[in-house]
Formats: sequence, structure tokens, C-alpha cells
Amino acid sequence: MKNKIGVYICHCGGNISDYVDVEKVRDAVKDIEGVEISVDTMFACADSSQKQIFNDIKEKQLDGLVVASCSPKLHYPTFSAVAERAGLNKYNYVHANIREQVSWAHSDNKLGATEKAIQAVKAAIAGVKESISLEPIKIKSQKIVAVIGAGVAGMRAAKELADLGVKVYLIEREYFVGGRVAQLDYLCRVQETGKELVTRMYEAIHKHENITLFTGAEIIEKGGSIGNFKIKLKITPRYIKKDCNEDELKKAIEVCPVEVDDDFNFNITKRKAIYKNYPSEYPQKPAIDIKNCTRCGECEKVCSSIDFNQKEEILDLTVGSILTATGFDPYRPKENEFGWGLDNVVTLPQFRRIINMCDDKLIYNGKEIKEIAYIYCVGSRQVDGENKYCSRYCCTATLYTSILTHKKYKNIHAYHFNRGIRTYGKQEVIYDEVSQLGDIFLQSYEYDPATVEKQGDKTIVKVKDILTNNTEIEVEADLVVLVTGMEPRKDNSIGDVLKIPKGRDRFYNEIHMKLRPVETVIDGITIAGACQGPKNILESVNSALSAATKSYSIVNTGELALEPIIASVNEDTCTWCGLCADACPYDAIELINKNGKDIAEINKSVCKGCGMCLPVCESDSIEMSGFTNNIIENMISAYADI
Amino acid sequence: MSSSGKDMPKILVFSTEKISDPAIDMAGLLKLHYPPRVYIISLPCSSAVKPRWILKAFSEGFDGVFIAADGTDCPYGESCTDKTGAIIKQTQDMLKEKGIEPAKLRMAAICSICSEAFVKQMKNFTEYLVNQKTN
Ligand SMILES: Cc1cc2nc3c(=O)[nH]c(=O)nc-3n(C[C@H](O)[C@H](O)[C@H](O)COP(=O)(O)OP(=O)(O)OC[C@H]3O[C@@H](n4cnc5c(N)ncnc54)[C@H](O)[C@@H]3O)c2cc1C
Repeated sequence: MKNKIGVYICHCGGNISDYVDVEKVRDAVKDIEGVEISVDTMFACADSSQKQIFNDIKEKQLDGLVVASCSPKLHYPTFSAVAERAGLNKYNYVHANIREQVSWAHSDNKLGATEKAIQAVKAAIAGVKESISLEPIKIKSQKIVAVIGAGVAGMRAAKELADLGVKVYLIEREYFVGGRVAQLDYLCRVQETGKELVTRMYEAIHKHENITLFTGAEIIEKGGSIGNFKIKLKITPRYIKKDCNEDELKKAIEVCPVEVDDDFNFNITKRKAIYKNYPSEYPQKPAIDIKNCTRCGECEKVCSSIDFNQKEEILDLTVGSILTATGFDPYRPKENEFGWGLDNVVTLPQFRRIINMCDDKLIYNGKEIKEIAYIYCVGSRQVDGENKYCSRYCCTATLYTSILTHKKYKNIHAYHFNRGIRTYGKQEVIYDEVSQLGDIFLQSYEYDPATVEKQGDKTIVKVKDILTNNTEIEVEADLVVLVTGMEPRKDNSIGDVLKIPKGRDRFYNEIHMKLRPVETVIDGITIAGACQGPKNILESVNSALSAATKSYSIVNTGELALEPIIASVNEDTCTWCGLCADACPYDAIELINKNGKDIAEINKSVCKGCGMCLPVCESDSIEMSGFTNNIIENMISAYADI
Repeated sequence: MSSSGKDMPKILVFSTEKISDPAIDMAGLLKLHYPPRVYIISLPCSSAVKPRWILKAFSEGFDGVFIAADGTDCPYGESCTDKTGAIIKQTQDMLKEKGIEPAKLRMAAICSICSEAFVKQMKNFTEYLVNQKTN
């Protein structure tokens, strides 16, 4: 039984102490038998606090440690490391979560929160008293990472992992790689188009022996856990033969009679059921969109490369870690939102495709465009809607789009109806450049935004401009461009398959926004790019490299040190009934005969520490380290003692 | 000033480290409030709960015990739901013998993103236990 326990209670700035009376918690536990010291600290995770815990363990020869702070998902590793550095076995440290499970959960009830925090710390002390020292168990980990999504984030992460010697399955749901960047022509601040960037990355991936690219592929099931995830991959065929004839395929596209809205061009054009989005797209083979194909047979008449016998495939793969980079969807405006539905109102992504398609004259719906009104923050920073966040990329992308139009076409006039321009960091130079070009900036508050209306055949955008003392200004626009923000993908079913938590903004959530920005609470699953929240390419790639490093650290040695939380049998009381062996999902329990007596034996390297054998044992002869009767029942008594 | 609700029922929750803990944490993060007299003990898997722990909780004065079960998400396998269900059934029978209302032991699957479901369960269970106390 531990009797020199150190207890550290964190204020977390004010995250805990704004709702929990931390000093009261400290004093309530300081006289409990076995507690050597009880202290409160502004930030338990700060270097100075870690040093204090370290010194106390050494100088006061503490034999148990309780830290009461945020979720153990965040800082359990931090304080176990402090304990180990100071020579205290980390299994003699118990964590009390008094932030997520107390101060935040009960920020409406300070007295209740304080009482609950006291009980939580008491229970942790009760648990640590009965704790015993343990050594980690090693398991083999697959040196393979599944990267989901071959956008800029996924491709960059795949390349990095592969260069580090890890095998990568790069899984893309579409038939072509590149994600949203493939839809962009010129990118701001680099002398390269989106397509060129994608081509460069595809070539690096294609020739890398460590990367296997799957297109038309989706994960439909996930089992297992960190080190050994079992995934089921569904691959939809392209219905095109491996060795194909390019000229014939071109003809096949020409003769296909089916026309559907073209997603790639954000539905401003049509495409065929057999298609390729642009000539240099990768992989270079077209694909047949089987949902829309009528099987009329016209393509087969002119092309010998079509093969409708190809079947959907299901592959079972095992990987050590999963890196999720499934990106975003542009916001789709609601009917009538800033004139959406009028024939000369488009979104920024659509406008970029229009610019891409118009060479020397900017023409939309048969009309030449000269006067352009950009309306900012559509679907971002919403007052009424759910999207409270700023989409980050859009101010810069819009200003850069304006530069592109001035360079490509003559006599363009642009009006920017904004709510304050956010060209943060180095992107500010673009704002400066656009201002020099003579574009006009009109600004409004969020509760009084610009309006778009038709007056006869004219389209009028009006605003009360706060830069000119609320003067009402009207602009007649040939084209209104709604600067739409980023949203989580409409089909985010992969998040449900992998069980990745989402935040209030509905994007995938990291463990900690600042300290653990690419890990999720599901051990072994990392997130990168715009699936986590709005990001430009630089930010997407930054997070991709960070997630790649994290996933690498899980798989790189081919071995993982797992918690030594395993079951053990009391040989004196066990009389072998076999129920434990039946309950064990891993066949880790066997019958042995010891000194003439039949008893159960646990195979330590196979036991995963689930505890399923515990409740079925009628003689209560099985215990699990860390979760013994003593520990759990002492915690229950401590909680109950109010 | 808010009260700590000393007369409110006490609930012991057996949660699981990988599945329901994240949901309970996220409930806090999203400031989805629930009654504070809900105390949590985390286990690797919900089918590891021993009936004697549940009985201990009642004998120590807890008004209700809630098992936040892994359900089909259990990282240790599909049999978890059935196994946890069997433990609950067995323990409810034991409670009945002791004259404790079996409905004071509840179980529901709480996945890693089921924060709202958890909060709803805690509110409903507290309400049920309050009614039991007053009736
Ligand atoms: C109009 C516009 C202009 C922009 N201009 C710039 C610019 O100039 N500079 C800049 O830095 N940024 C710009 N951006 C931002 C840029 O597009 C993003 O930063 C970038 O696309 C994010 O990359 P990503 O890989 O995270 O996501 P995405 O590009 O969305 O790629 C995600 C990939 O994952 C795939 N996927 C999704 N779900 C699944 C699944 N379940 N299974 C398998 N695969 C899946 C998708 O098909 C896609 O290929 C612009 C954005 C827009 C809309």
C-alpha cells in the first residue's frame, strides 16, 4: 500500500479554477492517510511544474502520484514520463480528469463541480494506494500506413512516409488524384498551377516502390487497433482494360450519349458517363461512371478497351496506423442567399473554373463580364447559420482571383463587398497588389451585409459601407461571385467507419488544438489537411507532414510497447471451469495441470487486457493489473464518501 | 448561486477508456451540462465489469449504476455487447434478490462521439432516480 503520495491539482489557467475551487480541493485531500503533499499549480504541464513534481518524487521519495488536470488523453503521457524520469514506475501514477469531466461539464454549477472534483481526486488517491509497479508488453506493429484521400495533404504525407521506408496504401475515393487542388489553375504566390503541382506529386508517388495507390476505393469497415488495424477496402472498377488504346478511348468519350452535371466544374458544364476531367489528369486512364452509364453499348462499338466484366473488389488489409486526409467541400449557398439562383450569381470555385475555360474574353451565359461584385464570407462567420468559423483561404484566394482576371482580360472592374479582409501573414502583399490595381473595397458589419437584387435585367448589389460612414452604395454587376467558405465533406461516412470525433464546427477533431494537433482520441489514427478545418495548401501540407511523422512514430520500429494491463489467475482458488477461456476473444487462456490441479493459465503475450474473463469467473479467481478488486472497490468507496 | 445538489442522486458510471471516455470528454468540451453527481471509473472494456463492483456501489450508497457500453465499437471484438448484456442481466437478478430495484442498473452503448447521447442518458437516469426517491 502506497503511503507517500504526491497530489498535484491544476488550475489550467482558469479552465479548471474558473469553475472549481482548486484550493478547496487541495485542502480537502491533504490530510488523507498516505498523502505526503497536496499542492495546486497554475499549469501542471508547464516545465516548472513538471520540475517540481520530479524534484518532489526524488526528494520526498514519493511512492505514488496523482495529477488532477485535463483529460488523460492529453497529458497522461506527460506525467507518466515525469514519474519514470524521477524513478517512479508510471503505474503508480493515477490521473484525475477534472477539466473535461468536471469543470467544463459542470461550468453551470460551481459548487457541484468543486464537490465532484474533490471526489475524483479522492478516488484517484484510493486507486494509487493499491497500485503496483508494472513493465510494458511489446507487440509487433505493421510497418504500413493507410493514407485516406489523395489530395495535396494525403499525397504529401504518403510521399514522406514512403521516403522514411514505410509501406503506404494511398486510398482515393475518386478515380483521379489531386483533390480540390486539381480543380485550381494558378495558385497564389507560386509560379505553378494546381494541376502542375498535382502532376509533380503524382509522378513522385507513382514511381515510389513503397506506395500502392488505390483509386475508386473506399474503406468500408475497420477493426483491430493501433499497430494492427484491419481494414476492408471496396474498389469500384474503371471498366477500362489495363492496356488501353488512347485514340479509341477519346472516340468512346465522343460517342457517349449520356450527359450529366460535371462535379469537377462545380456543375457549370456537363460531362459524359465515360470521362476524364482534364487531358493531363492522373491516373491517365478515363473511367466509366457506372451509376450514370446506360449501357447503351456505343463506346464498345468504337473502343476495344472497354470492359464491363470488371467486378467490384473487396480487399482485406492490415495496417499499423491510419492517416485521414479527406478534405473539404465548398459551401453551397441556400436558395436566394445573396441572390443564389439568379443566372449571373456564381460561387468562387465556379468562377475559377469559368476563368479557366475563357481565354481572352470573360464570358458567362453568353454575356461578356466586365463588372464583378465579390461578396465575402458566404457560409463562413455566419450569424444565423452553423458555420461560425472563418474559412481562412477565401480572402486571399478572392484577391488573387481578381489579379488573375485583370491579367487575363481587359477593362475589368471589381468591387469587394467584405467584412474586413483577412490576408494574414505573407498573404498581405496580395491585398496590397489588388489595392494598387484600383479594385474597390466596401465593408459592412455581419448583421448588415450586402444585398443582391434584380431590377429589370440589372443586378444590383447594395451595401451600407462603414468605410464611408455608412453611405449606401449601389453597384451594377455583370456577375456576382459568392466567396464561399469550406465545409466538412457532405459524405463524411469515413468518419463514422473510423469513429473519429467531430468538433462543434463538424470538422474532425484533434486531441488538443495546440499541443497534439494531428492525433485523434482513437489511438493510431491521425488527421491532416482540410478535413480537420479550413486550411490553405501550405497549412494542409504542414499538418500532413506532422501527421506523417506521428503515424511513422507508431509503426517505425515494427514494435509497440503496450500497457502491461493483463489478467492473472489466483492459482489457489481457481478450480478450472473453462468459462474464462470461453469468454476470451483471443484464446489467451489455457487449461494447465499444476501440482495435480487443473487451473487456468493466461498467455501474457496474447492477453490484450480487455478483462472479459473477469466477471465470468464464479470463484472470482481472475484479476487484472490496474483494475484489481482492491483498486476499483477502494475507488468506489472514495467516491461514495461524501 | 447554484447549489451542488447534495440531495441529488449519485450515479456511478463504468466507462471505457477508448470508446465512451472520449464521448464523455467531448461532452465537457462542448459544455453540454449534466448533473454533477455522476462519477466515472474507466475500464478497458465494458464487459470487464464485475457484478461485485456494482453491488459494492449500491452498498456504499450509490443510487444508480450506469454502464457506458462499448457496443459494436468495442476494440476487443464483437462479442462485447452480448457479454456486457449478460453481466447486467445477471447483476439485475442479484439486485432483485437484495430488494434493490433492478432498473437502478442501466446500460447503453455510448460510442466515441456519442456525447449528446451520454448527456441525455445522465439527465434521464437522474430524473428517474429522483422520482424513485420521492415515490
Ligand atoms: C476556389 C479555391 C481556391 C483556392 N486557392 C488556393 C490557393 O491559391 N492557394 C492555396 O494554398 N490554397 C488554395 N485553396 C485551398 C486548397 O484547395 C486546400 O488547401 C486543399 O485542397 C486542401 O487539401 P486536402 O488534401 O486537405 O483536401 P482535398 O483537396 O479536399 O483532398 C481530399 C481528397 O480526399 C478524397 N476523399 C474524400 N473522402 C474520401 C474517402 N472517404 N476515402 C478516400 N478518399 C476520400 C477526395 O476525393 C480528395 O481527393 C483554394 C480553395 C478553393 C476552393
